[in-house]
Amino acid sequence: MAHPAVTLAAIAMLAAATASQAQQQELPVNSVADGVFVYNGQTAQMTRENDGAIANVGFIVGRDAVAVIDTGGSLRVGRQLLAAIRARTNKPIRYVINTHGHPDHVFGNGAFVQDGMIFVGHANLPRALAARGQFYLDAFRRTMGDQLIDEIRIVPPTLLVSGTLNLDLGGRMLVLRAWPAAHSDCDLTVFDEKSGTLFAGDLVFLAHTPVLDGSIRGWLAVIGELGALPAERVVPGHGPVSEWPAALADERRYLETLATDVRGLVARGAPIAAAGTAASAERSRWELFDDYNTRNATAAFSEIEWE
Amino acid sequence: MGIARALPYIARVASIRVKVVTMSGYLFRLFSVACFLLFGAPLAPAAEANDPWPGLVQDIFNNRPMNDGSEVIGIEMPARAEDAAIVPVTLRTKLSPGDGRQVLSITLVIDQNPAPMAAKFQLGPDAKVSEISTRVRVNNYTDVHAVTELSDGKLYMIKTYVKASGGCSAPAAKNADEAKGRLGQMRYRQFAKAGEGPASGIREAQIMIGHPNNSGLQMDQVTHLYVPAFFVNELRLWQDDSLVLTMEGGISISEDPNIRFTYVSNGAKRFRAEAKDTEGHVFQREWKMDDSGT
Ligand SMILES: [Zn+2]
Repeated sequence: MAHPAVTLAAIAMLAAATASQAQQQELPVNSVADGVFVYNGQTAQMTRENDGAIANVGFIVGRDAVAVIDTGGSLRVGRQLLAAIRARTNKPIRYVINTHGHPDHVFGNGAFVQDGMIFVGHANLPRALAARGQFYLDAFRRTMGDQLIDEIRIVPPTLLVSGTLNLDLGGRMLVLRAWPAAHSDCDLTVFDEKSGTLFAGDLVFLAHTPVLDGSIRGWLAVIGELGALPAERVVPGHGPVSEWPAALADERRYLETLATDVRGLVARGAPIAAAGTAASAERSRWELFDDYNTRNATAAFSEIEWE
Repeated sequence: MGIARALPYIARVASIRVKVVTMSGYLFRLFSVACFLLFGAPLAPAAEANDPWPGLVQDIFNNRPMNDGSEVIGIEMPARAEDAAIVPVTLRTKLSPGDGRQVLSITLVIDQNPAPMAAKFQLGPDAKVSEISTRVRVNNYTDVHAVTELSDGKLYMIKTYVKASGGCSAPAAKNADEAKGRLGQMRYRQFAKAGEGPASGIREAQIMIGHPNNSGLQMDQVTHLYVPAFFVNELRLWQDDSLVLTMEGGISISEDPNIRFTYVSNGAKRFRAEAKDTEGHVFQREWKMDDSGT
């Protein structure tokens, strides 16, 4: 029988090897424009099996520095994103920008915590994280498991945006814009002027059923303004990188249908429990429709009944 | 309104406040030292193996015996909370017309919520309220109990089970600024009741109250302290001067409290509502019965 200390040492080495392997594993990113890299999340709920890597995340490399846009649904994904960046550039990461407060976009923030790192978010983001952060950790423990959840830390922004803010990466200006309540009440977009790439966060969904967690009327209004941005392509929060502004069409149609149907239910005096019948014409056009549509309709109902 | 009976509920709110104060101290310290909020410490969600119901029967109902309520009351909720902040619930009395007993009150308890006692409805003696629907927050996978007190002095209980919502839904405000902006607005609406002619006197109506119904689990960004819970804790509804329904509510009631109910008209000309919140605001409004607009 091996000496206990030797066995322990062997286990420790094994553990270290496994950990560093996981550490080095890179998130598979594509270059969608010069210096703009995107990981395309899978259209699914966050689970143990997918590490919570369901949202699109990315980074932009300037002459002097790098900005990260969203960090994924677990610390593990955040570390893999960091590894993907380090495999492509040695420039310092100066900014970590969160497009809003949902867990699939912020749970990886902890991978980027270090001296001098600037976390950027909507002025309402700290409030959203304070109200929801612990709830999200508890709720996703059920589907993602202790191993993934235990190491996650909620990291709020240190630089807040209301209105617009320019971040210069060196010869590369990012224009950040904070929006009124739409998908959520802390949506922030990032526009890379150099490449014409818009990181829209969850203000834009493709393929994945849009998720309403802010204001349906606000969202439709924001879509109108967003469409005027001079972008060539959009990185949506979920779904493929697409041409702009054509990428907005499906989402606009869904939200308009939902609003119209819910208005009809409210006018007829239907109870909120019947809201889920709204937008049923959209069912075949989206993935995860049954996971989100009734929830969207319920939220829309509680807003529209006050009109 | 049974002050004595409300006491256990107040005690629970008080214990939540204590926890909030502790948490805010903890957060404040971290914030000033590290400039990062570290929420990770597992505030373990109540283990599902530990059934909180016996303790709740003690706290809320003073350990009074619970009789089977399946012939007395029905509860309808979706099997899964689609939106954690807005879960519809309907309570329906089932006593047959020949039954000599009356429903005095219905208490709604969401076992796994931070404040389990969601609401206590007391039914006006002459309004024959037969159905009440409202919306609640659901934080977790949970039993939901409805406990009715009948005029025979006994309690009757039924329960259902609700799965927590998935995805990024949370039992918190979606649009916190808008919720504040609606504070105190009240609306009354009357619905046509299918299959019931006006002669029956059976009416279905709804009261909406604009109120954030804050759970108190949100942090003030200036002071970095938790804002205290702020919610509608009392609602009274009358037709003319006859009481229809009262609700004693807590933070498990959704933002913009909404009560839809079926009752029997006494021919009244006016409908009247009065709501009070935990900051002492009193909201009052009355409507002519045929005036179901805003
Ligand atoms: Zn989102």
